[in-house]
Amino acid sequence: MISVSGLTISRGERVLFRDLSFTVGAGEVLALTGGNGAGKTSLLRTLAGFIRPDAGGVAFDGAETEEARGSRLHWLGHLDGLKPARRAREELDFQCRWLGADTGAIAAAVLRLGLEPLLDLEVRKLSAGQRRRLALARLIAAPRPLWLLDEPLSPLDARWRAEVGVLLQAHVAGGGAVIAAVHDPLPVASRTLDLSGAAS
Amino acid sequence: MKALMILWRRELALAWSGGGGPLLACGFFLCLTVLLPLAAGGDPAGLKPVAGGVAWLALAVASILSLERLFERDLDDGALDLITLGSVPLELVVIAKAKAQWLAVGWPLALTAPVAAITLGLEPSMAPLAALSALIGGLGFALTGALGAALALGSKRGGLLIAVVVLPLFIPPVVFGAGALERAANGLSPLPALAFLSAYVLFAAVVAPFAGAAAIRNAQG
Repeated sequence: MISVSGLTISRGERVLFRDLSFTVGAGEVLALTGGNGAGKTSLLRTLAGFIRPDAGGVAFDGAETEEARGSRLHWLGHLDGLKPARRAREELDFQCRWLGADTGAIAAAVLRLGLEPLLDLEVRKLSAGQRRRLALARLIAAPRPLWLLDEPLSPLDARWRAEVGVLLQAHVAGGGAVIAAVHDPLPVASRTLDLSGAAS
Repeated sequence: MKALMILWRRELALAWSGGGGPLLACGFFLCLTVLLPLAAGGDPAGLKPVAGGVAWLALAVASILSLERLFERDLDDGALDLITLGSVPLELVVIAKAKAQWLAVGWPLALTAPVAAITLGLEPSMAPLAALSALIGGLGFALTGALGAALALGSKRGGLLIAVVVLPLFIPPVVFGAGALERAANGLSPLPALAFLSAYVLFAAVVAPFAGAAAIRNAQG
């Protein structure tokens, strides 16, 4: 699914990783752990192609990042990309259609994440957890094999953390893969890559 | 193409939401054209020889107002990351956003331009030319403005930086647009100046998408 080889990333003068290599295959979940500033988000952004590494490379089943990110990966970062002044329905519709989802898939995602009562509200009136559920909908509505998630559970309550666990399980059971930066354990069986001290 | 339409429609909706940004640009444009004759002594005839140039300068400044909205907010709220993950190349995204900017801000400004030009002392018969030249130049402003907005991404006081980056790039359309009005006022054909203005737009349409996309990628890192 994704193969990382000899990756070195620095931010300013600070080297976050040196010669980092790993692979994540279909059906796998990789949890990135480490303290604040360990470089979890930077690694995820590098995998998504937003940051150019100092050395090494990322390959998606042999394809280049640029080619893969338009069709094979989902990114869910700290920021959900939602416009506060727009209605939840409009933002959901844009995010999902922009990534290739059709009307039926969007409706199914709305049901799956319990978004129906929120759709006519402005995004600014939603709680952090509701916004996160709205952003998660695009992952379901526009299926892509690799999910890159940056602390996906942090704003969610216990019920929705468990639901996201079910979603992750269903995704990997269907041949997908997940790489997630986390502080708390994921509610799904996962491999762990601890980034503390990865620069040494 | 369908994805581009989706983005384009959203950009238009965003441009008109939150207080009617285009109307703000038009209001600013008209305020400038009312203030300038007052600053020049209150006699409209005094400004008449340079009315075309002054109108175009005011148009250029008014066009800068909403440029910060183009990419900066998308970077701040994470939407730019999402947009990058679409199937549409970033270069086309820059064009789509510039086109939406033109439609949302450039067209209202072009419709306001005749009023501004007449306020500054141009003959009412020149109103259609003022609108047409502002419409063509507005597309150039939107394209080079998108480039400036992309270059200023992530910087502190990005709005000010956009103005500093973009104003020098606006010199050619201001010269050509004002030239078209001046030639018409002197009884000459404005077509050569309009042709140069159109050539500037074509040049901007080639350069702005690639340079803008490169600047956005750099800012995302």
